[in-house]
Amino acid sequence: MRIFTGPRRHISIILLLLLVLITCVIVATAVGSVSIPFGDVIKICWNKVTAFDFTPTWRAVDETIVLQIRLPRVIGGALVGAALASAGVLFQGLLRNPMADPYIIGTSAGSALGATVAMLLPVSTAFLGFGMVPVLAFAGALSTVFLVYYLARVGGRTPIVSMLLAGFVVSAMLTALMFLMITISDTLHSRFASVYGFLMGGISVSGWGQIAVAGPIILVGIVVGRLWSFRLNAFALGEEGAAHVGVEVERNKALFLALGSVLTAAAVSISGLIGFVGLVVPHALRLVLGPDHRILIPASALAGAAFLVIADLLARSVASPRELPVGIITALIGAPVFLYLLRRSGKEYSL
Amino acid sequence: MNAIVMNRVCFSYSNGLVLRDVELSVRKGEMIGLIGPNGAGKTTLIRLISGILNARQGEVKLDGLHAGKLKRNALAREVAVVPQQFNIPFAYRVEEVVMLGRTPFMKPFHDSSARDRDVIMQTMDVVGIRRLEGRYFSELSGGERQKVVLAMALAQEPKLLLLDEPTAHLDISHQVEILELLARMNEEGRLTIIAAMHDLNLASAYFRRLILMKEGAIVADGPPERVLTSSTIASAYSVPVHIQPHPLTGVPQVVVLPTGNGHRQETVS
Repeated sequence: MRIFTGPRRHISIILLLLLVLITCVIVATAVGSVSIPFGDVIKICWNKVTAFDFTPTWRAVDETIVLQIRLPRVIGGALVGAALASAGVLFQGLLRNPMADPYIIGTSAGSALGATVAMLLPVSTAFLGFGMVPVLAFAGALSTVFLVYYLARVGGRTPIVSMLLAGFVVSAMLTALMFLMITISDTLHSRFASVYGFLMGGISVSGWGQIAVAGPIILVGIVVGRLWSFRLNAFALGEEGAAHVGVEVERNKALFLALGSVLTAAAVSISGLIGFVGLVVPHALRLVLGPDHRILIPASALAGAAFLVIADLLARSVASPRELPVGIITALIGAPVFLYLLRRSGKEYSL
Repeated sequence: MNAIVMNRVCFSYSNGLVLRDVELSVRKGEMIGLIGPNGAGKTTLIRLISGILNARQGEVKLDGLHAGKLKRNALAREVAVVPQQFNIPFAYRVEEVVMLGRTPFMKPFHDSSARDRDVIMQTMDVVGIRRLEGRYFSELSGGERQKVVLAMALAQEPKLLLLDEPTAHLDISHQVEILELLARMNEEGRLTIIAAMHDLNLASAYFRRLILMKEGAIVADGPPERVLTSSTIASAYSVPVHIQPHPLTGVPQVVVLPTGNGHRQETVS
């Protein structure tokens, strides 16, 4: 009777993961070069969001650190983790491939090229105070997916295998272009650290501005994905099988592709290319919770958020004051976990 | 009212003509066996009725409505399909596979109703797979898997069930079990059934109407006695056969006549 404890089981899983995430956020906000007691972190946040106020017993500078420096970064990390993990679920479900990750159809190469172009430009702000890099990374990721989708389209259909192949080839081409630019441009030579930082991934959030834009995009993406997740389930039957149970295949394929790509593009614009979150988190949760996307999407979003908050905390604290790229941490934690899961569950997967 | 009407339907894949001028009318509650050699167009006919393919010419009507113009969702509540091949990635449990049959009834904000759960349990009981609940689909035997897929199709609560070789690769006990189940669903549930069959003798035993296809056209249509004659089978399959009545039920049974010289030489030497 596993699935028929359904709704109640789902709610308890979500509440548990939410609790884990909130705990991670509080810990990550408290820990840093200046450490702030957990209780103060909670009270500062409480004062900020509710009408009821605790009498401040903390220094004003602590409040500034929490609200203006740490919290935006931690929330930014949570959003990136949530976006990447749920995009991973969407792509794995749509492509019926447990090896798929958010970057599989070229978003990574597209955003990297976009970011590189941005670093080459003389102006550094695009509009409304936004940096050129996040804007062009976002645009690069999305336009690459459009290009891949268009290239793979034959006679009103977009076969998944063609899309994977087109994605692979377009990625290779855009990556080559990016390295060509890096090689011949003196400007990029001098900014190599920035290019490198983007490719390795790192949460680059200063203040709430970026979160105010990326946050709603990511949250809406996850909610829409969850609402239509029962159709994503049908894709497990293959395209013809999905049609048999009433799913308009091409339209829904485009929907989930667009959702996954927007989520990935929004994440990449905040953080650069962080690997393994979108691959490992959905994998681990599918083993525990089963393949039903109605629970897998929200659970992956919450778990991915918690995972990245902790990974980012490690990235800025293990070698302090030097900051490591968070992509190194996620790969160092993610790869062994992935291999362990793969060996444990080898028989449960069939392509 | 007829369940299916096909009027001069033609269909071709990009590499050649597959169906020619197919005329077919199926009454509600019929149980029809679709026979014919490989490549005769049986699967294509099923795909046209299920709306996966659209006729290039002519029209396919289900319950008086154009199949091609119905919304997928509406169509899936009328017509369910048990495909020839079925595989599912990831570790799906039996009841999770059956649940996929409820997809056409789900909506955003309304994707796990008590009714869905009831229907899933009911169909699992009907098909006799309740004891498989909780098992992984990938670990089941071929016969068990076929029953799970059938339960998934029935969970759609269809009026018309299309099956593409539902008994292929099964041992005779599972073949009989599946066909008995279909006969019961047809009898009690008033479910209209069309099944592509390779085993002519089983088709003859379980279906009161057979449709013989050859090279994209219907060449014989009627009760087994009329369709399974030595001349129609010999010309459709290019194999000499002998037809004899079933010793107990009297339905025609097909016996293959070996022609190879090798066979005779072996028995001589």
